[in-house]
Amino acid sequence: MTTNRPANVRSRRAVLKAALATGALSALPRVGAAAPDPLAGRRLVLVFLRGGLDGLALAPAYGDPAYAAARRHLALPPPGSGEGALELDATFALHPALHALHPWYGAGELALLHAVASPHRGRSHFEAQDLVENGTPQPYGAADGWLNRALGAVDAPGRRLGLALGHSVPLLLRGPTPVMTWAPSHFPRVDTEFLARLADLYEGDALLAPALADALKGQALADEVMGGDARGMGGRGGLRNLQAFKTASKAAGELMAAPDGPRVAVLELSGWDSHANQGTTQGQIAALLGGVGDGLASLKAALGPAWRSTAVLVITEFGRMVAPNGTGGTDHGTAGAALLAGGAVKGGRVIADWPGLGPAQLFEGRDLRPTLELRPVFKALLRDHLKIAEAAIETRTFPESRDLRPLEGLFRA
Amino acid sequence: MAIETKAFVAVNRFGLGARPGELKRAASDPHGWLEAQLEGRSAQPDAFAALESGPATTRSFFAADDRNAKEVIKLFSERFRDIFMQEVAARTRVMATSAQPYRERLVAFWSNHFTVSAKRPVVAGLAGAFEREAIRPHVTGRFADMLLAVARHPAMLLFLDNVLSIGPNSMAGQRTGKGLNENHAREILELHTLGVKGGYDQRDVVELAKLITGWSLSRREPGATPGTYKFHGFAHEPGTKTLLGVRYDQGGEAEGEAALRALARHPSTAIFIATKFARHFIADDPPAPAVERLARVFRDTDGDLRALAAAVVDEPAAWQAPLAKFKTPQDFLVSVLRATDIFPAEPRAVVGSFEELGQVPFTALSPAGWDDNAAAWAGPEAVLRRAEWSLAFARRAAPARQPIALMEATIAPVASARTREAIAQAPSAQQGLALLLASPEFLRR
Repeated sequence: MTTNRPANVRSRRAVLKAALATGALSALPRVGAAAPDPLAGRRLVLVFLRGGLDGLALAPAYGDPAYAAARRHLALPPPGSGEGALELDATFALHPALHALHPWYGAGELALLHAVASPHRGRSHFEAQDLVENGTPQPYGAADGWLNRALGAVDAPGRRLGLALGHSVPLLLRGPTPVMTWAPSHFPRVDTEFLARLADLYEGDALLAPALADALKGQALADEVMGGDARGMGGRGGLRNLQAFKTASKAAGELMAAPDGPRVAVLELSGWDSHANQGTTQGQIAALLGGVGDGLASLKAALGPAWRSTAVLVITEFGRMVAPNGTGGTDHGTAGAALLAGGAVKGGRVIADWPGLGPAQLFEGRDLRPTLELRPVFKALLRDHLKIAEAAIETRTFPESRDLRPLEGLFRA
Repeated sequence: MAIETKAFVAVNRFGLGARPGELKRAASDPHGWLEAQLEGRSAQPDAFAALESGPATTRSFFAADDRNAKEVIKLFSERFRDIFMQEVAARTRVMATSAQPYRERLVAFWSNHFTVSAKRPVVAGLAGAFEREAIRPHVTGRFADMLLAVARHPAMLLFLDNVLSIGPNSMAGQRTGKGLNENHAREILELHTLGVKGGYDQRDVVELAKLITGWSLSRREPGATPGTYKFHGFAHEPGTKTLLGVRYDQGGEAEGEAALRALARHPSTAIFIATKFARHFIADDPPAPAVERLARVFRDTDGDLRALAAAVVDEPAAWQAPLAKFKTPQDFLVSVLRATDIFPAEPRAVVGSFEELGQVPFTALSPAGWDDNAAAWAGPEAVLRRAEWSLAFARRAAPARQPIALMEATIAPVASARTREAIAQAPSAQQGLALLLASPEFLRR
């Protein structure tokens, strides 16, 4: 914590601390007291790319003999050529817009998972997203998210380990375990007295009382960690897509780096539904992937030494058709690709039971065939990285999925 | 239930929040007050007089596109941005001042059901026109007519790419090698009619995509006004198609229209629409018997939306829990403007308020539209944001608006002792007004 902050920042912090100390809000634990870390410092970030990221744009299988013919004008130039894809191994590469992440692969901090999918086979955004988030085998099979249920198994009284970046909590983090949220705001802080009156007014309201308490907790921590930066980062009217993602990534890193900060964060970025003119080395997907690379680089920088004990999983709800559609884009498909990054990850490798891109190898004759489910990856994150008891994972977090074993060997320790 | 409480439900659950005197007016006959609003057709309000039509805006897009990409970017960042702000301001003004708020809520409901989003830049210039031209005229008409008007509007044709979709065996497909784009067909099935569990599969998506190939916009062909809907026979996939087991072989535009009319009459559509309607007007998790009754009305009347709107008013469950629904940010802002009779002079300020509250009209992140439940809108940041916004608004609005009088005119029938006391004992008119706006009763409908 630096000590030479402008006076107005310090006074705003003082105001908030006072707010937290008023009668109505005194049930909230104070920020700043050192406590044993319930997850021994391990951190997890889930990045959900909504809209259906084209897995073969993220990570082209340039070495597959059928790649060029299957992808036609959407094929990326192979590694080594001008603007070529970034080589991972003899078969797979990364989209050139991910140049910020490519060195991580060489450093053993990035793994590619390919031909991966949720259990959803219907190509619906909304069902597929729900399934990725609720953790059951059925769409709308649970009203809360698996990550929230997993956090419920961690003994951390008074701590809010989960962090949602944005105005609303994604289903992944919704549920009985309280989480914190953070979003940039340009409003001046409301005064203590008003907050106290409002907390009093909301007492007994099952929806509003916990929501206000959670928000104040998040705000207090953000002030503690980010000082004057915490406000006004959005400018009037908030941030646009990619800039907002970068800001949120940096904020997540700063909040999670704090000794008493959250440990599990969810970041979201939409805009991946590339039905038309998705581009190759330039264009819609390239711009978005560049934003992902920037955001994750900011996250790593903000985490500082905590990066060593961090895992970041980048996922989407489904992949897209292998062949281009009639309009320079790709329609909804099945399997796609995911990235696993972080200092805790045993990276530098591609994890895929590659089904191939030949016409006979495709799922229903059109999509990349799924050979790896997301839930074994999620389970490995919880069991092998966060060290959550397997019994809790199997009974509460991912019910009805005992036959799906956690994917082995993803992490260093 | 006291008649005052019924008036509160009529004015908030079905209406858009009380304007001065409205609670009293509705209290003489809450049901009748709502039913009267369903009479007649939707007039185009004066606030819309100066706005540009969808085809005219589409023409300006085509003209820029014919020149170069730079012109398109300039058009999007300047002209379309202005149009967007004016449309949002005009729509909000109509909602904030309408004496037929139930009808306006129906416009917003159907507009959200058939979402087009300005997240796609070309739609920013067209979303307002879409709502005025394809939604508003049909909110008490037939569902099938709305479905067809939506599917042929430039905003939807551009938003879901149907202008790009070409039958691979059509003349255009053969000549250019271009083909289908499934986007529009899939969302018609999943989001506009049957719903995702409605009993269709991937083959149906492709067949419907073929059926509506050629549903496009005129650009420069002789005899047609550029920017208007135009069926392009040369892009229409020839041959027989089979959708949900029904064969279509009449060819041309008629087969797509027949398919959409069949989808509108499908029992899954009735259930899907009834469920969304009940969620909007009864509860986040609506009771099954009410959904079934509404579905039956939809089916029995062949999708008569006036009958559906009257039927939900007749549902006892819609009246039993006056605060069952949490207002979306749009609901909230509109109800604040109605209650205080304040309206920002600048369109930019209207859009700015929506941004601050986290929901700008016509900018849903996906074609599924905005969520219609408390879980989506009552998150921690959102709740704190409403409180912050309320205080900032109250600083500008008080003391011209007295909190206690305003409380009496808006939430009095349901206001708890705690809320009354908090407002009465607030240290300033500003805080009193902010506490009213951020009160549990004012945040709900």
